[in-house]
Amino acid sequence: MRIDLPEDREAASEPEQASRRQFLRTGTALGAGLIIGMHLPTRAQERSRNEKPPEAAVGQAASTVAGREPGLAHNAFIRIDRDGLVTLIMHKVEMGQGTFTSIPMLIAEELEVDLSRVRLEQAPANNQLYADPLLGGQVTGGSTSVRGAFEPLRKAGAKARVVLITAAARQWNVDPATCIAENGTVRHPPSGRALGYGDLVESAAALPMPDNVPLKPASRFKLIGRPVKRLDTAEKINGKALFGIDVRLPDMLVATVAASPVVGGRLKSYDARKAMAVKGVRQVLRIENAVAVVGDHFWAARQGLMAVSPVWEDGKNGKATTRSVVSEMAAAAARKPGAVARNDGDANAKIRTAARKLAVTYEVPFLAHATMEPMNCTVKVQDDGCEIWAGTQVPTIAQGAAAKLTGLPVEKVQVHNFYIGGGFGRRLEADYVEQAVRFARQMKGRSIKFIWTREEDIRHDMYRPYYHDRIAAALDEQGRPVAWSHKVTGSSIMARFAPSAIKDGVDPDAVEGAKDMPYDIGNVRVEYLRHEPPLPTAFWRGVGPTHNIFVVESFIDELAAAAKADPVAYRGELLGKSLRLKAVLELAAEKAGWQAPLQSVPGRKTGRGVSAQFAFGSYLAQVMEVSVGPEGDVQVHRVVCAVDCGQVVNPDTVVAQIESGVNFAIPATLWSEITLDKGRVQQSNFNDYRVLRINEAPRIEVHIVKSNDAPGGIGEPGTSAAAPALVNAVFAATGKRIRKLPIGDQLKGTT
Amino acid sequence: MRKLNINGKEVQLDVPDDMPLLWALRDIAGLTGTKFGCGIAACGACTVHVDGKAVRSCVTPVAAVAGKNVTTIEAVEHDPVGRRVQHAWQQIDVVQCGYCQSGQIMAATALLKETPRPSDQQIDAAMAGNICRCGTYARIRAAIHQAAANGSKEPS
Repeated sequence: MRIDLPEDREAASEPEQASRRQFLRTGTALGAGLIIGMHLPTRAQERSRNEKPPEAAVGQAASTVAGREPGLAHNAFIRIDRDGLVTLIMHKVEMGQGTFTSIPMLIAEELEVDLSRVRLEQAPANNQLYADPLLGGQVTGGSTSVRGAFEPLRKAGAKARVVLITAAARQWNVDPATCIAENGTVRHPPSGRALGYGDLVESAAALPMPDNVPLKPASRFKLIGRPVKRLDTAEKINGKALFGIDVRLPDMLVATVAASPVVGGRLKSYDARKAMAVKGVRQVLRIENAVAVVGDHFWAARQGLMAVSPVWEDGKNGKATTRSVVSEMAAAAARKPGAVARNDGDANAKIRTAARKLAVTYEVPFLAHATMEPMNCTVKVQDDGCEIWAGTQVPTIAQGAAAKLTGLPVEKVQVHNFYIGGGFGRRLEADYVEQAVRFARQMKGRSIKFIWTREEDIRHDMYRPYYHDRIAAALDEQGRPVAWSHKVTGSSIMARFAPSAIKDGVDPDAVEGAKDMPYDIGNVRVEYLRHEPPLPTAFWRGVGPTHNIFVVESFIDELAAAAKADPVAYRGELLGKSLRLKAVLELAAEKAGWQAPLQSVPGRKTGRGVSAQFAFGSYLAQVMEVSVGPEGDVQVHRVVCAVDCGQVVNPDTVVAQIESGVNFAIPATLWSEITLDKGRVQQSNFNDYRVLRINEAPRIEVHIVKSNDAPGGIGEPGTSAAAPALVNAVFAATGKRIRKLPIGDQLKGTT
Repeated sequence: MRKLNINGKEVQLDVPDDMPLLWALRDIAGLTGTKFGCGIAACGACTVHVDGKAVRSCVTPVAAVAGKNVTTIEAVEHDPVGRRVQHAWQQIDVVQCGYCQSGQIMAATALLKETPRPSDQQIDAAMAGNICRCGTYARIRAAIHQAAANGSKEPS
């Protein structure tokens, strides 16, 4: 997945794109000249830096011009003050995935500073300086953070170290090669002299940054590859960590909103007087499709919203039901040809004429993200500027959207980012920021915190798309696949998010994990048919692979069963061209005791299932053990994972992210789905949108393959590989093949 | 005006009687460590202690806690059990996004105060009301066992 922000945004043809284009040009011009290598504050600068928000401080501290080409600028990440305080600027957001530990590790490995003494600061919104090289924008998503940062941020640390050593060597009049840097200090062992980094910044800042510096070989890593405790734990266990929802500003008001329950609907009328009669309510605001009640605190706003009784005009989607949406999609999938994503040999002809074949349909539902922190955004709009306080995975998109809506130049919009109380793709969207700005620009000069209720959050998510997959294979006499045809039908997130990524009608995200399925089959055809439902869709943890790996890994299991073959051995024979994947498959099987009989669970049927996946640059295999009860309820008991994600930065983060990813996928496989009736989302809160709880969480074991290959992503693979392992285990337990998620009550009567 | 005892201090809050304790803490008292997650006592993010018992502050009106001792995450370190729980959370590296962890720690502390050596089943029963979307459950369980083990080593 690559998100090419500038061109993509231009390509969209909405009228509002004109100002977006303007923003991007301005942004580019601005980009040169903002950031820093070394910071040399005078006393006066230090004072004013403390008075300004951190974003301004970074800009103010700028002393060198960053690289012009998009990508990571090497010197925009480190600031060393005279007192030796090392501040690392975090270009990625921390939403649980551990980047506020792994990225500092990368810098500290080469900068030679004590990790426990560095200060972390959120980067300002700036695509030029902080674009992810894999995504092309300042975006935290797609399991790219460590992959994109691995080399540039070690280089950033190394360059800073080299100039500090050079500065010290000059001061001592010695050969820099005789000096070493360790623990924030440059030493000259022959003479026993030492200077702290803080004492060197003044002279170091006058030196040119070296163009190229050698990086440590893996054999000399001191931090990388070793388990390091998270740097954000301390403030996340005492209530001090600040999320967007926690921002408190002088004279701030708090608002809550109700948007049209039907997509495309409009606000017809509402009772402002009743809302204003609630004590503490200050204002009722409206935009075309939503109403907000603004009060002294959330409770007043909430009570006011209950009283405001909005009446909606539903518009053309007012009759939509899940059934209507799904049947239209299935009809399109059957009738219309898809765009060809891959075409090796002649799969369709081979399948048509085959004596032995299998052709089935898979479906996955709309899903909400249900982050623990509901959507929220605090905004202050003034005539000459706009400030936004919000947790966002896309600070520059939020900034651009606010600039467009307020008519302000982009540099007048400041985005203050925060710890994110769950992203999972939801905060790759700026819809909640845009909505807050539309309301807040009606009350200029006031800081207003907009908080969505959980009900609003679930009903106005941008959902994981519903997909309808037709998949077929022709088998030879031994049951091995000789032709494979897979047609994906569903909405295109990329067409909205990054239109230029669509090539010849193929959305690369929608076919990721399908187009590149790893099995060695001579004839392979993969098609994509775009079909848009009346619900907005967006990235959801695991993105394309979460859907496609479910289909591919379930179907290969069906083929193994048809061949009466062992699911691990069957896959292994087809993985001759992907030996790293074969290796993790075999490792997971071995660690899980694949050949050993399962422990029985009284009154329940037990089974073991497997999946193998290459996605996000990492190889992962999972073996799940489940039991199915008399009512068809499924319990996942044990999940054994083997992962080869190349060079590991923080092994404990790898383990934690696999655990997290698996636990995110289990409820989505078993229970979660978003359904529609009368155009309205029927779920509203955790009582009817079921997620995993502690009593339902399995034992998860993670085995990491040692490797010095380029790092792979780890935030999402655990999620995308889990559903097929689970349904394959259910098949092993019950003989029932699940082809439509969630499993729900499909297993009733099978045991 | 409501008089409340929050974290050992008497405070006067100008709030309506029906205001949930959660919003009195967050919006009036400025204690934002207690989180809003669902508003219907279905997720546990808002868990605080009222007289040492875990309570969902999003559905507890301030009037119901008048004259009682309210403890929030900001003060749990002053409780020896709470401090042990926080320490175990660090040892095991439980947190990810961290948004639910205030509630998890308050619920775990209340559990250990009542049941110093809980079984897995007792942990399930006490903690099933606290959702973690990052899925840190195995580590929460391990950290509770760890805090319990540390507790039996030292007098509390």
